[in-house]
Amino acid sequence: MNAPIKNKLLKGETGEWEIVIGMEVHAQVLSQSKLFSGASTQFGAEPNSQVSFIDAGFPGMLPVINAKCVEQAVRTGLGLKAKINLRSLFDRKNYFFPDLPQGYQISQYKDPIVGEGEVLIDLKDGETIQVGIERLHLEQDAGKSLHDQHPDNSFVDLNRSGIALMEIVTKPHMRTSEEAAAFLKKLRAIVRYLGTCDGNMDEGSMRADINVSVCRVGGYEEFRRTGSFKSLGTRCEIKNVNSMRFIAQAVEYEARRQIEVIEGGGTIAQETRRYDSKLGETRSMRSKEEAHDYRYFPDPDLLPLEFEQSWVDAIAKTLPELPDEKKARFVQGGLSSYDASVLVAERELADYYEELAKGVDAKAAANWLNNEILGRLNRDGLSITDVPVSAAANNSIIQMISDKTISGKIAKDLLDIVWTEGGDPRAVVELRGMKQVTDTGAIDAAIEAVIAANPDKVEEVKAKPKLAAWFVGQVMKQTGGKANPAAVNAALKIRLNLPDEG
Amino acid sequence: MSDLTAMTLAEARDAIRAKTISSRELTGAFVSAIEKARPLNAFITEAAENALLTADAADKRIASGQMGALEGLPLAIKDLFCTKGTRTTAASKILGNFMPPYESTVTQNLWDAGAVMLGKTNLDEFAMGSSNETSAFGNVINPWRAKNSNVNLVPGGSSGGSAAAVAADLCLAATGTDTGGSIRQPAAVTGRVGLKPTYGRCSRFGIVAFASSLDQAGPMTKTVKDAAIMLKSMASVDAKDSTSVDMEVPDYEKLLDGGIKGLRVGIPREYRMDGAPAEIDALWSKGAEWLKAQGAEIVDVSLPHTKYALPTYYIVAPAEASANLARYDGVRFGYRAEGVRDITDLYEKSRGEGFGAEVQRRILIGTYVLSAGYYDAYYSRAQKLRTLIKRDFEQAFELCDVLLTPTTPGPAFGVGAKTSDPLEMYLQDVFTVTVNLAGLPGISVPAGLSENGLPLGLQVIGKAFDEATMLRAARAVEMAADFKHSPARWWSV
Repeated sequence: MNAPIKNKLLKGETGEWEIVIGMEVHAQVLSQSKLFSGASTQFGAEPNSQVSFIDAGFPGMLPVINAKCVEQAVRTGLGLKAKINLRSLFDRKNYFFPDLPQGYQISQYKDPIVGEGEVLIDLKDGETIQVGIERLHLEQDAGKSLHDQHPDNSFVDLNRSGIALMEIVTKPHMRTSEEAAAFLKKLRAIVRYLGTCDGNMDEGSMRADINVSVCRVGGYEEFRRTGSFKSLGTRCEIKNVNSMRFIAQAVEYEARRQIEVIEGGGTIAQETRRYDSKLGETRSMRSKEEAHDYRYFPDPDLLPLEFEQSWVDAIAKTLPELPDEKKARFVQGGLSSYDASVLVAERELADYYEELAKGVDAKAAANWLNNEILGRLNRDGLSITDVPVSAAANNSIIQMISDKTISGKIAKDLLDIVWTEGGDPRAVVELRGMKQVTDTGAIDAAIEAVIAANPDKVEEVKAKPKLAAWFVGQVMKQTGGKANPAAVNAALKIRLNLPDEG
Repeated sequence: MSDLTAMTLAEARDAIRAKTISSRELTGAFVSAIEKARPLNAFITEAAENALLTADAADKRIASGQMGALEGLPLAIKDLFCTKGTRTTAASKILGNFMPPYESTVTQNLWDAGAVMLGKTNLDEFAMGSSNETSAFGNVINPWRAKNSNVNLVPGGSSGGSAAAVAADLCLAATGTDTGGSIRQPAAVTGRVGLKPTYGRCSRFGIVAFASSLDQAGPMTKTVKDAAIMLKSMASVDAKDSTSVDMEVPDYEKLLDGGIKGLRVGIPREYRMDGAPAEIDALWSKGAEWLKAQGAEIVDVSLPHTKYALPTYYIVAPAEASANLARYDGVRFGYRAEGVRDITDLYEKSRGEGFGAEVQRRILIGTYVLSAGYYDAYYSRAQKLRTLIKRDFEQAFELCDVLLTPTTPGPAFGVGAKTSDPLEMYLQDVFTVTVNLAGLPGISVPAGLSENGLPLGLQVIGKAFDEATMLRAARAVEMAADFKHSPARWWSV
């Protein structure tokens, strides 16, 4: 896991470089009300319609912790296999900004609610990587500044002000843009399974800050061995990357940029950068010198957050089966590691698969899902939650294939029919006479008809047994695709006197 | 009684219950007293009209036999408590004409008990000061004057308006807030009673925050008994304030006259300071004698970290204030500077013009002590000292039940006498800040007059949430001192 692997290196002018990536993900807690007030968290409401006096920082207002948000943070911590801290503190992070009504953000600085944990990510080549979680803490979101509403003034929408966020910080354990994107996908899957964050990146429910640095080959290994950040390069933080695609692009660009700077004789300055998705490049936002002095100190309005281990245990009992466990079960059921990891990435997809695969071959079900169902969804621009044919209906199609009621080809036609017209697949098969023909009489008749119409081909096939496939095709055509291909094969072999292998 | 305004809260309550006076009569008397006392500048906002309407409503309830604990009793409210629909200023320009759309829990408790609000009293800006001279609405004049003098004196601070209002008989009682002595010091230098409850006893919800870990609301009254009555109504656990504490609020008034036989009264030796006026020490000793004479046991105790209390306080309080006051930025409410270029300019001008000099000084101190590179040297060490100071008290309270100390290092001083030297002004809190740092209850009781005829107070400090014992000891001081003095009403021509 720690060794410099060839395909993870970037080639520069002066040799090869390693990329090292860490991430800070802001995940909005799924809860009815905000972290310290009773105001609603509903997305998309009229500006400033979901703001309590607490969220607006009015004089004399005091924050009161929302127990549901604490529970969600603990739940997430458990899902990340992390240490849950039974005592944590809220701090004030001080800075001035128009969309920060209190003039400080209530966050957790020295004593977060969740400590170290881990996330496993699966890569395309079958490799599994463990990404360490440094911590998870709870904090308030800020409001939103609107600069496009008025020629001279900026407006502020405080609907988001005070909404609970979980900031999840990883260790610098990712090495490629693929790994970074895979991590975020996995984290998203975990919180969605847990029901602690909807993972909706378009609505800003999940946003990532990515720390990127580059070092010479071996530096990372040295870091993993000694824990010393000195063996890594200086990092730059790319703020608020909000799509999976941009993560890969931003990391790729930033690593290249750093290598160029260093190889050009320059040094990397620790700074915060912004990814411009239109230009496909990162640009400096502020240097370390310009960084805010946040003057953190414990918020005297809030008591230390304390709870019992028994409460944590009770939450642990309610955790659903998480992607890793589900994947292991799928693999045990006969799927490849990669197929299983693709299926578990979305809980809805995994649930659909499970129903689809009931009582049928796992691999056949996975293939049917991947090739037929997802293909059609993709074509129609739909997601798994909008699929027009139920898993149970598809399950009956797969059963009909396996018990040879219909052929694989007919099955696809059948799916097309029920996809657009609806209906019970078994009834459609009956109604439209799509059943596979295994009646040798009918097959023999079709064979005779093909032979009679193509005497030249009969001669040819004797010399070239491979041509038998052509006959099979013709017979299938004759029977409207309903003939059982195996039965056609067998009958042709006898009728044309073909050798067994061919 | 010919002068209704001279009644104590308890007397007025009993008279109203006996239906010998109406709330309307009583309130009317205070309304006209307040009008006449405008030279004292004790009120920022007078609420005569509303007060009389509320009094009428109270009278109706009294007639129908539905009476709250404070039914129909007119009070003055420090203008740091948010009052729904009545302008709340914190004595700062920066709040502009801020009209709270909500009521503080403490004042709501008082209204629920039937009390009548006469108006909002003046204070040091954001409660930062010990002389009520930092108010954006002008300083308050102490009703007291020294013997043979017509020099204006300060009423103490920050609850100077409330103190002056109680001393000048402009209300039956008032609310104050105490972060470092802001109830007890002004009560002492105006010859009245001021009680700071245990931190967490009263909700802070709706009180404009100064230093959240130290702020606590409390009553300012004419007698210890009145303080007991007020505290019972003001105190409550509050779901809206996580630092309020769910402890039973006893009937303090009933527990007041149990006597102090066998009560162990600690005298902290570190409070005997070099250079303190002899009359302060003398009064303190007299106080101990009074309690001893009533059966108390006098115990010598030590609070070794006392000398660090002021510096600790002047790090912790400004640090919290620097964050608490960040919300006054001209963006959503209150004062906004005109003609600004951009957002930074808006912040700088609004805050520069909106905050007075003392508030700016404390924001700067607070920002400094929390800054990277200074945090460990100041804020962090102050927190450690705070723990030590708290422990001092815990250890002392193993040997005694209450502590007796002077409230202030001297009597009221002249207007402008200490404004040029902030450090000298900060010394006013030397005997009171320790109590805030430790989160304990403290009460100042008028105990005598200085050589030049000005009131001096003694402070009784109690164990956490043991206000009842503290009040009993305070009552014993009050009885022995038999302080019957009132200022001559020079302002009322």
